[in-house]
Amino acid sequence: MTLTYPNELHYTASHEYVALRDDVAVVGITAFAVDELGDITYLELPPVGQTVQRGERFGTIESVKAVSDLYAPVSGVVTEVHSELVDAPERIAEDPYGVGWLLKIKITQPEETQELLTAAAYQAQLGG
Amino acid sequence: MQHSPLYDCYQDTAKLTEFAGWLLPGQFIGLTPEHRAVRTQAGLFDISHMGQIEIQGEQVLDRVNLLIPTDIAGLKPGQACYTVLLNEQGGILDDIILYVQSDTQVKLIVNAACTTKDLAWLHRHLPHLAIQRTPGVLMALQGPQATDILQALTPAALDVIPRFGHQRVSTTFGSLWLARTGYTGEDGWEIQAEPAVGQALWRALLQRGAVPCGLAARDMLRLEAGLHLYGQDMDETMTPLAAGLGWLVNWEKGDFSGRAALLAQKKQGVAQKLVGLRGTGRRIFRPGYPVQAEGQTVGRVTSGTLSLSLGQPIGFAYVNTDWAKLGTALTVRVREQELPVTVVKRTFYTRPE
Repeated sequence: MTLTYPNELHYTASHEYVALRDDVAVVGITAFAVDELGDITYLELPPVGQTVQRGERFGTIESVKAVSDLYAPVSGVVTEVHSELVDAPERIAEDPYGVGWLLKIKITQPEETQELLTAAAYQAQLGG
Repeated sequence: MQHSPLYDCYQDTAKLTEFAGWLLPGQFIGLTPEHRAVRTQAGLFDISHMGQIEIQGEQVLDRVNLLIPTDIAGLKPGQACYTVLLNEQGGILDDIILYVQSDTQVKLIVNAACTTKDLAWLHRHLPHLAIQRTPGVLMALQGPQATDILQALTPAALDVIPRFGHQRVSTTFGSLWLARTGYTGEDGWEIQAEPAVGQALWRALLQRGAVPCGLAARDMLRLEAGLHLYGQDMDETMTPLAAGLGWLVNWEKGDFSGRAALLAQKKQGVAQKLVGLRGTGRRIFRPGYPVQAEGQTVGRVTSGTLSLSLGQPIGFAYVNTDWAKLGTALTVRVREQELPVTVVKRTFYTRPE
């Protein structure tokens, strides 16, 4: 399977991606993370309204193989979570950048988005 | 890192993983379809990493009998048994399948990570016997259609070979050694061959519909079937009595390595026992997670998964004997959560008749 990293998205070293929609960040995990985890079995997401800090843990994802923490790529307030995935977390693998989105964060520190990685920088990190 | 003789057959299609010093298929098309193939059709595993040891000499059965708690004196050529190698303290050095090949020869299939240790132990305790590691391909064809798929490749009647039976057969590719054993809870075969023969056989079995499977599927299948993984569910500090393998111990057979220690433990009672745990929800309990009762830690998980056959989390744990009765309600601490579990029989899955 060829793993893809859309150019219009932003990335973190801990394998989250961010789609910026004005002042909202749509957050998920990258194709690399999905491939590494293998069969995803469990997803834990925060409640809507929770405040998150950049770099802080906001949830957990588990597969048969491993347990992994999810980290907020930007600071803000959780405005929406993809709660359907909690009952069917295996669907994340169908399309991590589409149906696999995990939550939306209303950005409170816009300057933090400058810290996110471009697709090229993220892939360079994976390669190294 | 060692490569199996079958490496060229799958290096382009498998997701490879390191296991006991070997680079082996972790998965092919995915855990779920591979697991389903073994439960409903047939799956094919490369298990060439497992140690194959042949022991030869006069009175080989009587001598090997001194190192294991099972009585093999009555086994005939073509028969086999599951057993353990014990040290003097009754600790489990390894779990093995012992195949009787003739009155003067047995073959052991042992865990990859234990092969060197086992060889040293056997040399030390069987100084008058010829002991050698035999190389070659070892693969496992497992599942309800395994026998039909294999039967098409050999004139030998496979139906009449019982569970734990084994024999050498001819095929169009060359000679194979077949054993009706496995590690999945299904009917199936473990097959030994020369490298070239094994490679041709691997490809032929896939052509006939066997699904290539990796270690991830193998681990779930064995856990569902209630089968131990050495190094996780038991080690040298565990006896068969603690590990739920008391059925391997024949107290009437006479002396064997570790017998006195086991007898003392039997009289005194074991402090902890290996039990099956069944949970709810989707979280997996993993090796090392604490098992709790009334706010106290009473054990630890050794294996766990989210069973595809049951749709529930299952696992093994060593728990204090007071808490080991079937039906006991316990919790497993999975990170910050306390998940309710019930003590159940370790055989989570039994194949339909």
